[in-house]
Amino acid sequence: MIEMRDICKSYKVAKRNAGFKEACRALFRREYETIQALDHISFTIGDGEMVGYIGPNGAGKSSTIKILSGILTPDSGTCLVNGRTPWKDRISHVRDIGVVFGQRTQLWWDVPVIDSYELLKDIYSISHKTYNRNLEELTTLLNLGELLRTPARQLSLGQRMRCEIAASLLHGPRILFLDEPTIGLDAVSKLAVREFILRQNEEHGTTVILTTHDMQDIEALTRRIILIGKGRLLMDGNLDQIRRGGETIDETVAELYKSYQI
Amino acid sequence: MKKYLSFFRLRFLMGLQYRTAAWAGVATQFVWGGLEIAMFRAFYQAEPERFPMTFSATVTYIWFQQAFLALFASWMLENEILESIKDGNIAYELCRPIRLYPLLFVRGLALRMARASLRCMPILVFAVLLPEPYGLRAPFSLGAFAVFILSMVLGLLVTVAFGTLIYVITFYTISPQGLRLVATTVMDFFNGAVIPLPFFPDRMREVMEVLPFAAMQNVPLRIYSGDLWGMDAVRAIGLQMIWLLILAAVGQGIMTRAQRKLAVQGG
Repeated sequence: MIEMRDICKSYKVAKRNAGFKEACRALFRREYETIQALDHISFTIGDGEMVGYIGPNGAGKSSTIKILSGILTPDSGTCLVNGRTPWKDRISHVRDIGVVFGQRTQLWWDVPVIDSYELLKDIYSISHKTYNRNLEELTTLLNLGELLRTPARQLSLGQRMRCEIAASLLHGPRILFLDEPTIGLDAVSKLAVREFILRQNEEHGTTVILTTHDMQDIEALTRRIILIGKGRLLMDGNLDQIRRGGETIDETVAELYKSYQI
Repeated sequence: MKKYLSFFRLRFLMGLQYRTAAWAGVATQFVWGGLEIAMFRAFYQAEPERFPMTFSATVTYIWFQQAFLALFASWMLENEILESIKDGNIAYELCRPIRLYPLLFVRGLALRMARASLRCMPILVFAVLLPEPYGLRAPFSLGAFAVFILSMVLGLLVTVAFGTLIYVITFYTISPQGLRLVATTVMDFFNGAVIPLPFFPDRMREVMEVLPFAAMQNVPLRIYSGDLWGMDAVRAIGLQMIWLLILAAVGQGIMTRAQRKLAVQGG
């Protein structure tokens, strides 16, 4: 169960105009602008739900994921994930969650993937039995096989992403945050990743929160979507509600962004 | 505890993978050590009794310094950590059930020990085989050797604690460049990496010896060569312990604060 109430977060960003003169001026007097990344965001997500969290670039999606995973402390508001406040009980909270940041890597660059997994086993204190069972399941489903013995740096993007997802699920988390998990993947890998996420949800009842710009991801995986723009929650509803027949999903979403002027 | 050990293990294993880099390091350190000794020899020939350390003590200091360069070198920081703070990859480390300060500490320690373990042996063996007075001397006494080991461990921990402090401050400065440059320059000067501390003018030396930088390589290297002994050695080791505690406490303190205020960079 995830409950967010009135979460706000702002960042201070140093800004200046282009040019040498401006750069020199900024050495002495710096102008800051406060950007409201999240503005009173509230929502509730039940156990076993799959939710698409969408919005244009810079809408505040990643900030929300960071708050939910305990990395970022919001300015105000409350948030409870399985009864815990993520940024206060960070260590016990993160045992329950798995996170995949599509644009980052958690695998150790120079050593075989399996070494990174063994490390995760110790970090999460996963028992031998559970680890072997999960690893075997993930290896079969994500078709990892030989990849495990390859150094991470020699994997292709699609191969690496499959390994990343497996890494985030080794400890059997109840909640999975996926921040753009299919970014840069080819069609085959995308389908494999989607299929896997669906199964994970069906078989283990894992709650999945997914942010993505790939609307096919949303279409394939989630019924419920939460739309945010400029830090505000604009819509919390169902994919079919915004559908007006005929158009592709991308067009539908583009329309949606336009109608909210974001 | 086991998780930190595993981190150590993996980082250590990774450090062992770069054999070519290790050989290059060994070669550089031979040449560098040789150069330094040649330079000191020229000075000693002029007026040996005016020098605060005997020539063979200085030579021993230099060979040990070169052999264990990886343990004490100021610039031996983990680029991967600095980069991950800069680009936000550190986010993954933050969503693990693990405390960040000990994690950074352990990684710094593993990096240094892995590099040193690959490089120290060839240099030590070579230096022992060199003829008097250019070779590595046997330890002053067996007791001195035991004290040397203790102070070596402490010196390494102080060095790592200082390095970890740099990582932690990088959470605020974002770019490690400037901080790194200042920190390594100051450290090289004050810890006896360029010139052993006894060679500095008395007034300056007295101040330098109580600074945290003197609690790094200065103490073990001088204990081994017999330059530091008795009560002076005990006092120096006490200072090492105090600085280790202070640096670790400050580092942990800043880390806790940073984690509350932290904004992970990038989408």
